[in-house]
Amino acid sequence: MKRRLTCISCPVGCELTVEVESGQVISVSGNRCGRGEAYARQEAVEPMRVLPTSVKVIGGELPLVSVRTDRPIPRRLIPQAMGFIRGLAVEAPVEIGQVIARDLLGTGASLVATRAVSRCGRPSLQGT
Amino acid sequence: MRVAVIGAGVVGALIARELCRYEGEVLLFEREADVGWGVTKANSGIVHGGFHDPPSTIRARFCVRGNAMYEGLCRELNVPFLRTGAYVLALSKEELPLLEELRAQGEENGVPGLEIHSQEEVLSREPNVNPKVLSGLWSPTVGITEPWAVALAAVENALANGLELHLSEEITGIRVEKRQVQEVKTPEGRYPVDAVVNAAGLFADHVAAMAGLSEPVLFPRRGEYVLLDKAAEGLVRSVIFPAPSGKSKGILVLPTIDGGILLGPTAEDLPPEAKEATETTPEGLSQVMEGARRLVPKLPLGQAIKTFAGLRPESPQKDFILGESPVKGFYQAAAMRSPGLTAAPAIARWLACEVMTSELSLKRKGSFSPIRKGIPRVAELPEAEWEELIRKDPRYGRIVCFCNKVTEGEIVEAIRRGARTLDGVKFRTRAGFGRCQGAFCTDRILAILARELGRAPEEISQKGAGSPLVGGRVRP
Amino acid sequence: MRGVKVDVLVIGGGAAGMGAAAAAAREGAKTILIERNERLGGVLEQCIHPGFGLHRYREELTGPEFAARLRGELESSGAELLTEATLLDLDPAGPRVRAASPKGLLQIRPKAVVWACGARERPFGALRIPGTRPAGIYTAGLCQRLVNIHGLLPGKRAVILGSGDIGLIMARRLRLEGVEVAAVLELKPFPGGLLRNVVQCLEDFEIPLLLRHTVAEVHGKRRLSGVTVVEVDEGGKPLPRTDRFIPCDTLVLSVGLIPEVRALESFAPLDPVNRGPKVNAWLQTEVPWLFSAGNSVAVFDLVDTVAALGARAGVAAARYAQGELPPARAVPLVRGENVLHLVPSALVPGEEATVFLRVPRPFPRVKVSLGGLISRNHLGARPAEMIEVKVPPGASKELSRMPEVRVEVTPA
Repeated sequence: MKRRLTCISCPVGCELTVEVESGQVISVSGNRCGRGEAYARQEAVEPMRVLPTSVKVIGGELPLVSVRTDRPIPRRLIPQAMGFIRGLAVEAPVEIGQVIARDLLGTGASLVATRAVSRCGRPSLQGT
Repeated sequence: MRVAVIGAGVVGALIARELCRYEGEVLLFEREADVGWGVTKANSGIVHGGFHDPPSTIRARFCVRGNAMYEGLCRELNVPFLRTGAYVLALSKEELPLLEELRAQGEENGVPGLEIHSQEEVLSREPNVNPKVLSGLWSPTVGITEPWAVALAAVENALANGLELHLSEEITGIRVEKRQVQEVKTPEGRYPVDAVVNAAGLFADHVAAMAGLSEPVLFPRRGEYVLLDKAAEGLVRSVIFPAPSGKSKGILVLPTIDGGILLGPTAEDLPPEAKEATETTPEGLSQVMEGARRLVPKLPLGQAIKTFAGLRPESPQKDFILGESPVKGFYQAAAMRSPGLTAAPAIARWLACEVMTSELSLKRKGSFSPIRKGIPRVAELPEAEWEELIRKDPRYGRIVCFCNKVTEGEIVEAIRRGARTLDGVKFRTRAGFGRCQGAFCTDRILAILARELGRAPEEISQKGAGSPLVGGRVRP
Repeated sequence: MRGVKVDVLVIGGGAAGMGAAAAAAREGAKTILIERNERLGGVLEQCIHPGFGLHRYREELTGPEFAARLRGELESSGAELLTEATLLDLDPAGPRVRAASPKGLLQIRPKAVVWACGARERPFGALRIPGTRPAGIYTAGLCQRLVNIHGLLPGKRAVILGSGDIGLIMARRLRLEGVEVAAVLELKPFPGGLLRNVVQCLEDFEIPLLLRHTVAEVHGKRRLSGVTVVEVDEGGKPLPRTDRFIPCDTLVLSVGLIPEVRALESFAPLDPVNRGPKVNAWLQTEVPWLFSAGNSVAVFDLVDTVAALGARAGVAAARYAQGELPPARAVPLVRGENVLHLVPSALVPGEEATVFLRVPRPFPRVKVSLGGLISRNHLGARPAEMIEVKVPPGASKELSRMPEVRVEVTPA
């Protein structure tokens, strides 16, 4: 089976053709560099994405803290991961880099805070 | 004595304020969630000279009188008003006699100071108008204001003098017995009254019908506009009219009080039921741009920040319907087409202080104060006064609307004075009216409204019921 | 009113301003930065997605993480930082700057100013789209702040007009948070944002991207009820009988950013395409004491570039304030074929520089040339991505013999 992909490793955006047989990549063409080939090999079998979103904060200056997975997770797991994250809540203060959840859905990825949220004080009007 | 004024547009608001000079109760009913959200919100904001109206009309009489009252009124109400003057341009030989006709008409109406200026003089005062201009009729008494600000200020002043304000309360019935008004009904209750003033704008026909009257007959006339950013300030300094086409005053180019430039309006007659057809149309907007380009050929349309449409209540007789009616105690201030804004203070004074006083034997209150202090516009204050305000309340130093330099202090004050919605804050403070049109401040005004009103952000609306600003929470 | 004299005043605390203030202070200049928000970081604070920092930090960060690193560098630099201080006016005589804050009014007399106020979003009204004016219409940046900072969702079903990066990012963000995204519309025949965002934000979630489409009319009296969508021709004119109604309660606009220049436009010459002030290779405007960097010069594609240019502007401003920046004989860069945004507007002989430019439409392969000075090939030129051309000091020396440098992009 042949699949067409647009490479997003760099701005050139090569149009790649990947040949896949029973879950194995047979060939990659259209790429101009090695990064393109690596991207295609992963993307054709199991696309991986970093997931950025927010987690509820209790008692913070902001209602949410922004978070991301510390490494890419399988794209197919994103809906499930969002379901799990919706159920989370973290008590303020939150530190940047703080681990909110470990081994998200068994992927080995941690969910980490990408900003600090201090404890209540004056509720922020502008956030920024 | 108990009087119900129906409609809190600029006409109803000024009438209610005049009635508050007298003993008794004044109730002001408005179907919208705030003052001035009907016809008043979306018109040109011009205080006309009075030369456009034929001498036989009621319009002419009240326009000239109203114009003369504006300085005093706006001083009392602390509302901006600027006598910019106006030109009517003759762009072809055929239009030259029209200027003479307008001048003669204006002089008969008692409009002061009308002059016909040469091409050279027009271009020296207004260098950006069409260089093909042959001459211009100059009317020095024409001015500009913010119509909604007049209405809001009049209501605030009336409230301070005892007015009872009923917002979001639509009149559903008027009980008349023996050809005399008895009570008005709303979904909230029944209010026994001695008199009713019909200042219901586009809905004045419905209100009159509730009292069994067949007048006024109304249909909406739609006017579409394009607003240019302050960057266009100075494009014209006075109100620029084309020579009149017959039906309306035509498409104009004029400065706004806060430094923008307004183009429009169109004049499109709609069926009587289209009372809420305030959408803009492709045809209307291109007409506005063509019409405005005729007057000012180099229009910086890239500086457009807003398009909108308003409806004016027009009637077959093309004139106001004012005063007593066949139903005793039912007074009309209806069919308030242009120049309704200009005429409004004169109509209010006449109706309350002449007609109703004598018929209802109203007695003057000792306590009436005509003075209203506006929300401080800190960015326009002398530095020392602004500093003093910040010392007393640091929120007057926290700028929320960056384009128009409106502070948290002003927004909180607007809420204290009755703003309940985003538009309520905008119309009172100009926050969100500037170049970015709220892209930087909408979320912060929303947060302030929610905090001050003790409500959830989901409950805050742009313009009352059915217009929530946000739909829910990311993490409930 | 509190009055202060400084060497360098930086206006704006986003990536460019933070970069500028830190660099100026490290040059030994007495530096103040004023920022109108409560927190430094600018738009980075609301950009919670990754994609930042690959150049500057060699790792992929989210916006708040990138901002936190810049703040750290700034805090150790010795620059004075004033937040919630909003510029009132910038009087070129002096120069003299007034600002307001909850602590009072402030007057600053700087020797040099770095203008780093970023960009603003083109508003709905500028598009002159017919129809009603209901609640439910947001610029993408406002929508992003509502969602990511305030934790509020705009509605239930959205249409996104414009395929700029913020529009694409918001399509994914809304979708992840349970808002249905009916379509992303783009007037042009190619997407406005980065390819990776088209793939990761739209294709991953099967959100339709309708190229050559726009909104012809807005419906709904009080809250948006839907939009009429229409196909357009090459010139952007609606094609007859292609209109269809898409029900939605939310319209998100990603229709362009415009450099913020309000306080400058009366005295600093602007570039008509970039829409920001003309700057030379030192990021110096044509008003010698005024420097500018970041999205207030031209809208850039990468925050890494913005922070780097900020630092360059900060160094130059500090040197100017200290009397060490010689008056430049600037050699203008002029636009040739296929060049839209172009920064800087002039080069300084002997000074190295990087020239940034955007093409008006996608090309698979192009040759970029700077007069006779430099010429190089470039693969995959797209309007969303800026092309960078380095001008080494050696090449720059030859400039002194040239009246101007013509920048040209030719398909190869």
